[in-house]
Order: sequence, then C-alpha cells, then structure tokens
Amino acid sequence: MKYMLLIYMGENAMSDGEREQCYKDSTALCHELAENGKFIAASPLQPVATATSVRVREGKRLITDGPFAETREQLGGYFIVDVADADEAAAIASRIPAAKKGTVEVRAILEIPNLPRKLETVGASS
Amino acid sequence: MMSDARARVDEVYRAESRRVLATLIRLCGGDFDLAEEAMHDAFASAVEQWPREVVPANPRAWLISAGKFKAIDVMRRRAKHDASLGQIAERLNAQSEDPAEKAIDEGIEDDRLRLIFTCCHPALAAEARAALTLREVCGLTTEEIARAFLSSPPTIAQRIVRAKAKIKSAKIPYQIPSRADLPERLGVVLHVVYLVFNEGYSASAGASVTRADLSGEAIRLGRLLMALLPEPEVIGLLALMLIHESRRAARSTAEGDLVLLEDQDRSLWNREQIAEGLLLVQQALRTQRFGAYTIQAAIAAVHAEAKSSAETDWNQITALYDLLRRIDRSPVIELNRAVAIAMRDGPAAGLELIDALLAGGDLSDYHLAHAARADLCRRSNRTADAKTAYERAIALTAQEPERRFLEKRLRELSL
Repeated sequence: MKYMLLIYMGENAMSDGEREQCYKDSTALCHELAENGKFIAASPLQPVATATSVRVREGKRLITDGPFAETREQLGGYFIVDVADADEAAAIASRIPAAKKGTVEVRAILEIPNLPRKLETVGASS
Repeated sequence: MMSDARARVDEVYRAESRRVLATLIRLCGGDFDLAEEAMHDAFASAVEQWPREVVPANPRAWLISAGKFKAIDVMRRRAKHDASLGQIAERLNAQSEDPAEKAIDEGIEDDRLRLIFTCCHPALAAEARAALTLREVCGLTTEEIARAFLSSPPTIAQRIVRAKAKIKSAKIPYQIPSRADLPERLGVVLHVVYLVFNEGYSASAGASVTRADLSGEAIRLGRLLMALLPEPEVIGLLALMLIHESRRAARSTAEGDLVLLEDQDRSLWNREQIAEGLLLVQQALRTQRFGAYTIQAAIAAVHAEAKSSAETDWNQITALYDLLRRIDRSPVIELNRAVAIAMRDGPAAGLELIDALLAGGDLSDYHLAHAARADLCRRSNRTADAKTAYERAIALTAQEPERRFLEKRLRELSL
C-alpha cells in the first residue's frame, strides 16, 4: 500500500542550521527506506513564495501568484512510501525529522488502473 | 577629452542600459541580479577604460561583451556551490571563442520583449508586475516607483526582490511566449502598461489629479511595445493613452480641481497627440482583429473630434459601447454606456440603466456609479435623490480632487 506523507510546517520554524541537519537526517531516512524497498520518492519544496496556482474555468486558464490557501503552516515537502499498512506509514511519518516542528499528514494513495508505471519503476530500482 | 568620454558613458547608459541589461539577463540564464551586477561592472569598466583608449565604435556590443565576461567570472566563482552555474559559464565562454558566433547584440530587440514578458508574467503577483516592469524595463529607481505609487521605497523594494526570487527559484522562463500563448500573455502586458498609465492619469489616492511622469512612462512603454510587436491591441492601447493624455492640461484647474470632459476648454487639448492617436485608432481598426483597447480608443477619438460636448456623436459612442460590452461584460462598461445613452436619449433613460446596475450590487461601492447617478438626478431636478447619491459618492472616493468636485456639486444643489 502506498502512502503520501505531506509535511506542513511554518516556513521559519527552523534555523538554517536546523534545516541543514533536517535535510541530512531525511536523506538518511530515505536511504534506509530504499534499502527495505519502501521508498518511492521524497523532496522538500521551494518556499511558498514561489507558488503559482492554476485554474481553468469555462475553458479559460487563470494563473495566479501564490498557494492554494494562505495558511500559517505550509506544505513544505513530501515522502511517498510503499508499506504494509497505515500503522507502518504513521511510524515512518513519526521518524521524519520535520515532524518534530510541524505536522505530517498521512494520506493513502488511491490506486487507479492504467497509469504509466513510472512510480513503481522508481520503487523497484531502489 | 577625458570628460568627453565620461559624458559619452553617461549618454550610452541612458540610451542603452535597458537593452544591455535585457541581453545580459538572457546570457546569465535568466538571473536578474547577476545580470544587473554584470551590467554595472561593465559600465564601471567603461568609465575607467574609454577615457584612456578610444570609445568603441559599437559601445552597446562592447558593454554586453564586458558584462558577459564579468558574469562568467562570477558564475565560475559560485559554481562551487551551484554546479549548474558552472555549466552556463563554460557554455558562454565557449560561445565567445566560436568564430561563427553572431554579433553579440544581434536579436537585442527580442531580448527586450523577453524582459517585458518576464516582468509581466501572470505567475508574479499583480502588484509586483508594474513595479518590476518600471524598474527593469524603464530603469526607474525604487524611490521613483514608490513616489509614483504613493508607497514606501522598502515596500516597493520588497515586491521587486520577491518577484525576482520567484522568477529564479520557480524558473519562470526568459522567453517570448509561443503564438498560442501570445494573446493571453500580451493581455497581461497591456494590462500592466494601462495600469501604469492610469496610476499616472488619475491617481487612485492622494492629492494630485495627475502624475504626469508615470503616464509618460506608460506611453514610452506603449511605443516600445509597438516597435517590437505591432499587434492591433498594442496599437489600440497606445492610441487610447495618447488621446487621454491629450486632455491633461484641460482636465484640472490651476488649483488642482477636476474639470469634467463636458466642461473642458477644448482649445487646451494637445492636437498633436490627438492626431497621432486618431491615426493609430484607424490603423488598429483596419486589422479587423482589434479588441477592447481599440474600441475604447475609438470612443475617446469620437470625443476628441467633437467641437463641444453637445456636438458629440453620442449615437456613435453608444454603438461603440454596444460593441465593447460584447467583448467585455464589465459593470464599469455598462455604467459608461448608460451615461452615453443618457447623453443621447436624456437623463431618465440613463437613470433607469444605472439603477438596475446598482441594484445588481457589483457597483454599489464604486464612487463613480453614485456620482453618475447623482449627476443624472440633478439633471432631472430630483434634488433630494441627487444629494443622497453625491453623499454616497463622497464617502466612497479616496481621491482628494474628486472629493472636492463632488462636494462642490453637492453645495450647488443646496443653493
């Protein structure tokens, strides 16, 4: 079962030093997950100031500066993991370094048929 | 001799710095800050070298080349932290050694368009687009932009810094949009130019009716765009700005009070700007591909050709508004159309339309809707209704001369 772990955190919740350490620890966690065949993808995101929102209404494309919702805590990164169940996903979420400062939302991925197999190839190769 | 060369550098800076910058941004892979730094270094080298040696025959190419090598140096130094910069630096350096390389300032007009489209990219915050365009394309200082927008320099500086940071980290491309995207993207550019013009023409807040510098800057931008990309709506917008601008001397008194179009001394209108505007309107209309700016320019042209308010061809103006509302169903256009119908058919016909618009709710906080209603009530001798509408308009206006004008009208009703 695949889960997406979405990391929400205030953008200034970490000092530069803490952030460096967070990247290092997260990278180590990714390698550990990969060794056990549980890693699919993970990455931090650029600050929310770089966000662009796109909507199409009545066939017209609307592009605006800014995120979907202005909130105090913002989506700052994600993991996608392939694990046995929700408990295991939550266990991994609790080991994500950013969970100490922000919130990790665990969402099961809805599998739909006939998608290209790219995600699984990434998972299989690691 | 020395001071001659120095004066030449200043002259080249005024005439060419925006072009040099636009090309350097492309050569720096879209990095605005690096390009600006490189450009300033290049001009610093010119100040130092031109008095000692001969002033180069093509100073622009000399400056771009000097700036390019400054940028290569900086990128090589920074490559330790960011490998992609090293690649750009080496690619640029290899190009300069290629004897088949085109003249360095070839395609420079395309670079200016790239700069305009990037500064007016829809993914940038709307209020940042105008500031960034005035800064990068027009070369205004942050202080000048802040003064023009009645804002503080730190606020404007922050907007510009944020926009540049987004261009860099979200990788907003430094390119002219494809044919398919052009209408939408050009629409954003024209909107920015018109916003700058209007900010100068009728300040949205504050004490003066017009801030001429900003309107002049918008017209310069319009001319630049027309030279680079003569699309019908580019021509139409330039015509619209010129015809509006032609009334500048007539639209306020020496005391800074507002004078309505119907009361303006038409001998004060700038005939040269009108003549140019009229030619451009015709040029845009002939393409058969015109849009809302061209139609608005055509409306302004009908006013410009009338000897007085009474002699205005209101039939033609109403017909143009009918055409305009087919393209753009905005309540403000409906309001202007209602006023034109009032001029053609009498105040009662206009009032009926304005009341329906106000009942619709979209314009209930728009001071000009209440001002127009007040004026039509006044003309219909409905004094009490006129007073209520003037009071509402006064409560909603943020602009000092407009407030004074409305208060004067209100006082006249009480006499």
